[in-house]
Amino acid sequence: MAVRSLATRKTLTLGLNSTRLTQSRALQTFSLPDLPYDYGALEPAISGEIMQLHHQKHHQTYITNYNKALEQLHEAIQKGDSSTVVKLQSAIKFNGGGHINHSIFWNNLSPIREGGGEPPKGSLGWAIDTNFGSLETLIQKISAEGAAVQGSGWVWLGLDKELKKLVVETTANQDPLVTKGAHVVPLLGIDVWEHAYYLQYKNARPDYLKNIWKVINWNYASGVYEKESA
Amino acid sequence: MAAAMSMVTSSSFTFPSQGLRLPTRSHPCMKPQRRIMRKDASNVITATYELKPPPYPLNALEPHMSRETLEYHWGKHHRAYVENLNKQVGGTDLEGLSLEDVIIVSYNRGDILPAFNSAAQAWNHDFFWESMRPGGGGKPSGDLLDLIERDFGSFERFTEEFKSAAATQFGSGWAWLAYKANRLGLENAVNPWSSENDKKLVIVKSPNAVNPLVWDYFPLLTIDVWEHAYYLDFQNRRAEYISMFMEKLVSWEAVNDRLEKAKAQAAEREMEEERRKKEEEEWKPTNGDDDDEGLEMYVDSGDDSEAE
Repeated sequence: MAVRSLATRKTLTLGLNSTRLTQSRALQTFSLPDLPYDYGALEPAISGEIMQLHHQKHHQTYITNYNKALEQLHEAIQKGDSSTVVKLQSAIKFNGGGHINHSIFWNNLSPIREGGGEPPKGSLGWAIDTNFGSLETLIQKISAEGAAVQGSGWVWLGLDKELKKLVVETTANQDPLVTKGAHVVPLLGIDVWEHAYYLQYKNARPDYLKNIWKVINWNYASGVYEKESA
Repeated sequence: MAAAMSMVTSSSFTFPSQGLRLPTRSHPCMKPQRRIMRKDASNVITATYELKPPPYPLNALEPHMSRETLEYHWGKHHRAYVENLNKQVGGTDLEGLSLEDVIIVSYNRGDILPAFNSAAQAWNHDFFWESMRPGGGGKPSGDLLDLIERDFGSFERFTEEFKSAAATQFGSGWAWLAYKANRLGLENAVNPWSSENDKKLVIVKSPNAVNPLVWDYFPLLTIDVWEHAYYLDFQNRRAEYISMFMEKLVSWEAVNDRLEKAKAQAAEREMEEERRKKEEEEWKPTNGDDDDEGLEMYVDSGDDSEAE
């Protein structure tokens, strides 16, 4: 995958001279990131069947449609077709958002034997206690808000960089967390679209939310927190 | 001066508090309300809405829609909406209203109140089960087919448009065929088809729990595109589910029945409009008429008509 993108960039620089470069930048397309673990590695919290469908079908479809929308946007921008530019915004938000959110999500999960479920230490652990009282309280809050989302969406733990505090937010559909505030950075997101749990938990979304904590990768969230609060 | 401002003639109009005209349309699948009083240790619970079973056994739509899907979709999801609705409505202003009235009131012009999701989803699912039947699918006939051909060009074009609406409803929601014969000035919502063209069939899609009742359209057919409706049988393959629905499950008989009721209601409303217009004509004040008791007037203290 890394090799492929290198090749694309090389051909571009060879094919364009400097004046043309300023007029038309090449379009970066996106591809499905590999999961850092096997599909079955999060069992029994999340079944291998769900992980495979979720990654290979749902996430891939967002990427495919995102690339398509970006291509159409690229054309429309070059032609100065404002009507099409604006019309494409919702497709970009749905599919681009889907790509952003799922890319974060795969990193938010980790097999138990690789640290999944281990509580956060260091500065994030301390910030959680300060902002919410305890990790248990935070977990209750995230689970409750996730369960209460009507329809499809996500529940997030975010860092508001401006207010310098941790926040729990929900977003609808595939809206990324940034739609809730330009300064809010996602640390941890949990997908509460039905496709994320239905085959295993059916209508019992609260059970999914209870079990997912066993495979939440707090190391990743800590890393992001430390970087963004530096 | 200030004291005079509060002098108001006693025969004043009382305007309806919200300006909403609640539709009292009788819908084919509406059960009459039943009040069930249950006492437990702490308080009295009044349950007004009941979970009605689909008009066929849960396995009757196999192999197209599995029994397992019906068991969860009706037995868990639909049931939970009804139970939550009863909890949310009990002891509030909404208690005692018909389900459709709860939907309209709690939609609250888009700023939805908590009971809306439960009420609308309870209604939507009743409507959905009745939109299907074992051995369904095929083509409509008669008036319905004529109208479809008139408003969409052909049955095939209608099918394409309906399937497309269902496939492109992003996230959770529904796609609908509805009869639009409404008052253009909606008090409760923005009319998505606000052309002058009335008494026609339209296809609309809606997110989450929203349904065309809030736009004052008459729903004729719906397909549920929340993932729980198709995930057990089709996983992510929503397009396949939609095609299966059109080819094997749609109850054109139900759609036909509803269309008849829609046309009857439209005719009734037209007559009502006529009647109302006539009444307004008769009300127009003729010159020099003293009899204006109906008008509300604020009496100025400078006016010596009532002072002494």
